Amino acid sequence: MERASIFEDVKIADFSTSVVGPAAARVLADYGATVVKVESQTHVDALRVTAPYMGKKPGVNRSGFFNDYNAGKYGLCLNLRMPKALEIAKRLVQWADVVIETFRPGIMKRWGLDYETLVKIKPDIIMVSSTMLGQSGPDKAFRGFGQHGAAIAGWGTTLAYSDDDAVVPFSAYTDYIGSRYIAIAVIAALEYRRRTGKGQYIDNSQVEGSIDFLAQGVLDYSANRHLPQRLANRDPCFAPHGAYRCQGEDRWCVIAVATNEEWDRFCSVIGNPPWSADPKFKTLSDRKKNEDQLDRRVESWTANHPPERVVEVLQAGGVPAALVANAKDLAQDPQLTHRKHYVDLEHSEIGAHGYENFAFRLSKTPGTPRRGAPCLGEHSAYVCTEILGLSDEEFVQLLTEGVLE
Amino acid sequence: MATSNSFLSPYRVLDLTDERGYMCGKILGGLGAEIIKIEPPDGDPGRKIGPFVGDQPDPNRSLYWIAFNVNKKSVTLNLKTEEGKTILKKLAASADFVIESFKPGHLHELGLGYEDLSKLNPAIVMTSISPYGQTGPCKHFHVSDIVCWAGSGYMWLCGKEDRAPLRMSIPQAYLHGGAEAAMGSMVAFWHRQKTGEGQLVDVSITESAMWSCLTAHAAWDMNREILQRQGAFRAYGAYKIRFMYPCKDGYVIFLLLGGHIGARGQKALAQWIDQEGMSDEFLRNFDWDGFDASTYNDEMARKLEPFFERFFMTKTKDELFKAALKMQYLLAPVNTIQDLTENPHLAARDFWVDLDHPELDVRLTYPGAPFKSNRVSWRIDRRAPLIGEHNREIYGQELGFSDHEIRALTGKGVI
Repeated sequence: MERASIFEDVKIADFSTSVVGPAAARVLADYGATVVKVESQTHVDALRVTAPYMGKKPGVNRSGFFNDYNAGKYGLCLNLRMPKALEIAKRLVQWADVVIETFRPGIMKRWGLDYETLVKIKPDIIMVSSTMLGQSGPDKAFRGFGQHGAAIAGWGTTLAYSDDDAVVPFSAYTDYIGSRYIAIAVIAALEYRRRTGKGQYIDNSQVEGSIDFLAQGVLDYSANRHLPQRLANRDPCFAPHGAYRCQGEDRWCVIAVATNEEWDRFCSVIGNPPWSADPKFKTLSDRKKNEDQLDRRVESWTANHPPERVVEVLQAGGVPAALVANAKDLAQDPQLTHRKHYVDLEHSEIGAHGYENFAFRLSKTPGTPRRGAPCLGEHSAYVCTEILGLSDEEFVQLLTEGVLE
Repeated sequence: MATSNSFLSPYRVLDLTDERGYMCGKILGGLGAEIIKIEPPDGDPGRKIGPFVGDQPDPNRSLYWIAFNVNKKSVTLNLKTEEGKTILKKLAASADFVIESFKPGHLHELGLGYEDLSKLNPAIVMTSISPYGQTGPCKHFHVSDIVCWAGSGYMWLCGKEDRAPLRMSIPQAYLHGGAEAAMGSMVAFWHRQKTGEGQLVDVSITESAMWSCLTAHAAWDMNREILQRQGAFRAYGAYKIRFMYPCKDGYVIFLLLGGHIGARGQKALAQWIDQEGMSDEFLRNFDWDGFDASTYNDEMARKLEPFFERFFMTKTKDELFKAALKMQYLLAPVNTIQDLTENPHLAARDFWVDLDHPELDVRLTYPGAPFKSNRVSWRIDRRAPLIGEHNREIYGQELGFSDHEIRALTGKGVI
């Protein structure tokens, strides 16, 4: 297959760590951009030291978490506490079209790598800074993980059983929303530069970006002063609606019935048991009124079948339903296989393992990661000599002085 | 009005989506493109989705619809009529993007698929958003938001281990699909800007939501491990550490972690607890520098957690957060939407945007820009349109239909 080269003319200096910045840069790398990931041995990307590790054996080059977001990038180590490393960083910026960074506000300035300085070196540079709360405002110095960001942004009150302690939304949820906005901002800024010749500085707050995914709740509060209720899996427009236990250990399906036609189809699929004809389940409003009872009835049916079977017969009968998939289910999922969601790539230290593709497919110029993720500093020589044009002697000098650590 | 210096101000998007794809056009509109929402003559079905302004169900009062169709213009068009198809083709001939979320194959059957529209306009970027993708064994599955959410693997990971997996009560799957579609559209758009060649962008909503699963895929791929739901805790290998704590007026997220990431903050917090007389020898002498994910164990956690549980109950989330900003321990408030709208930090950054809805006699507060630029403003300046509000502008002024013709098309149910 011919490799995608949509961004073959785009060069990215990726100073970002963790999820949000690296994931955004990977989108462009998949479609041909040259991305140099800048790290240092004294301060490695936190994902490199986070499980899972290949074979459960820890090591900075063994984390699947790190690798998924950094496929196809070149790895450069720079100890930015050394003045010579800052010179190399500046040469990298001169080479680059785009700089992405996720340090706390003020760190890039301390190094002389802030936008005001970089724009003098490279007048049309596009620079993106992404932090939890943005570059300005009283709380800008806040430090935390994506889970903290998700709590600040309001997600902690959207996930709750009706009768139990609150729970934490899984994962660094705001990172996954934020990374798309960063990729979109970079491409939009490239287009703006194409038309006007001007670069720009972009300040992304992951909390702010993610609040748009709560827009419906924000407007409900603005108009009606309503706040999200502890609905568990229920929804005002559906009944039954939720996760139902199926046969097997910790196996679940979801079912979503909105209209009376869907309800009739659901009843027909489960064999029209007498309870299903009870008038208290006849209309949506009847079913909402008697939802506890309804859910018990539905689960008494699902509990006798494996979830795959429940989904198969409901889908065949025209009722929205799905397996509540775990990672094993997804790895075996025929639709994802058909879309080639997972791709095996060779990694210099741990060999071939699975990476994920993004969720869009282009009909004419498809993209996918071209290499496994870099080991720490794997391409320092390549970046210094081939990309930045240093002589072999200069490179060796930097190496011996510890600049590339 | 789109300002001439927006990212995408010269470009036009035809938005044929239903709720599965609204977010895509909303984002492209935020970037400054002109978004023409094409609705069936009786209005977009998403207008029936609550909540509603004043809790009064009405197609022009749906807050769900309003939230994701801000910035758009609306024309009505019946794509099942021949005249309707002709009008769509006229619009597509000069548009830059078409986005749609019909059942896979539907537009093709109407003669309005990518192969039809690209003949008229080879540069067009056409983005199709669907639950599982345009092809494959599940392409015609019956879905709702929770069906895609469950299929993504993310729902499995939320909730308590011994209870049902949980979704968020504000549905998320379609929003991920729409945002992914905006990203894919932009990738295809850059190719077209360089080469003049458009293409089809095929987006799967379920696959879009998969990216929120953090390490779930890698843990399976590398070690055949299935991550479990963690409830109010966070798992470190075999050990669990409390992550969500009740406090005086709600909840906070607090990560008990020392080592090079957390020791400094933990020491400061432990000192504060001591100053308020809620500590003892164990906490005073605790080795925070040596306390990280690798040295952590269950026994230690069960001994440590009660100090913080008791202390947090004496403080509000704001007090705890203000101190965290200074001391740098890893804590954040679990904000409600009300907290957000009153948050001084967001206010200082001018995050919120107020738009008037004179027809409804309300002014609504919208979430603002997802990113700020020193050159270009994120656009959010046009309240969501009424049904067919821009028929006269688009059909009359632009396509040149007379008032008489517009009335005739309306009478025939074309627009």
